Amino acid sequence: MSNTTYTVIFYLFAAITVCSAAFVVFTRNVIYSAFSLLFTFFGVAALYVFLSADFLAVTQVVVYVGGILVLLLFGVMFTNSIMNPGQKSEVIHLFPGFILLVGMIGTMLYTFYTSNGWKATGTTLQGSIVERIGYETMSHYVLPFEMVSILLLAALIGAAFLARFDKREN
Amino acid sequence: MEQLTPIGLNHYLTISAFLLGFGLFAVMTRKNAIVVLMGVELILNAANINFLAFSKYNGGMAGVMFVLFIIVIAAAEAAIALAIVINIFKIFKSVDVSSIDTLKE
Repeated sequence: MSNTTYTVIFYLFAAITVCSAAFVVFTRNVIYSAFSLLFTFFGVAALYVFLSADFLAVTQVVVYVGGILVLLLFGVMFTNSIMNPGQKSEVIHLFPGFILLVGMIGTMLYTFYTSNGWKATGTTLQGSIVERIGYETMSHYVLPFEMVSILLLAALIGAAFLARFDKREN
Repeated sequence: MEQLTPIGLNHYLTISAFLLGFGLFAVMTRKNAIVVLMGVELILNAANINFLAFSKYNGGMAGVMFVLFIIVIAAAEAAIALAIVINIFKIFKSVDVSSIDTLKE
């Protein structure tokens, strides 16, 4: 793949990510936000591939698109009336929000592009990192790995307990 | 096309800054609790891009492992938060975060 093609594909995915993230935030329809978030997650997964984290790109698609987005859509459908699909969500604090948005992005970009740059080392990640992830998980990060599995189990039990239907109400 | 700089660290940091700004904007201005959760997911994705970018240009694996754990914890967070939102909807018949102020005197 030539360098120009690489650059063009990168800018394409960057534009998809940023534009769909902007649409998530600026549209008033909750359903449109949820579906636009789909494109944001896919764009971020593509950027992970550019960052040579292929395993994490697949994980991003499986967990975010297959799990979290479906949960969010279920949440939208549970909490809005089915008969009224064009549910508008109201906004508050619009002006301070815009000041925060412009100020945050502006100061971060100003800092990135005017500072002397980062001290990047000569070595970069190259190729597939699946094997190295497996090695690191079972050696350096085995304790966080076990802890996060217990946390996930507790969170799933807690979510099922919180969201179940109370039999006494029916 | 030739005058474009090669893709480097600053490109990824720029995308991440945009995602963080949009996520903060959603958390701050929206009244619907579900859209606030979407903003939180955008912020987490921005952090993930930063971790992976620094990890790639540093050659280490610490950022990659951190992102893996962040994705797991984001899944747990989304499940718990949506269970809470559904409970709030059952009690208050609304997911408007600015109208749920029962604790206020």
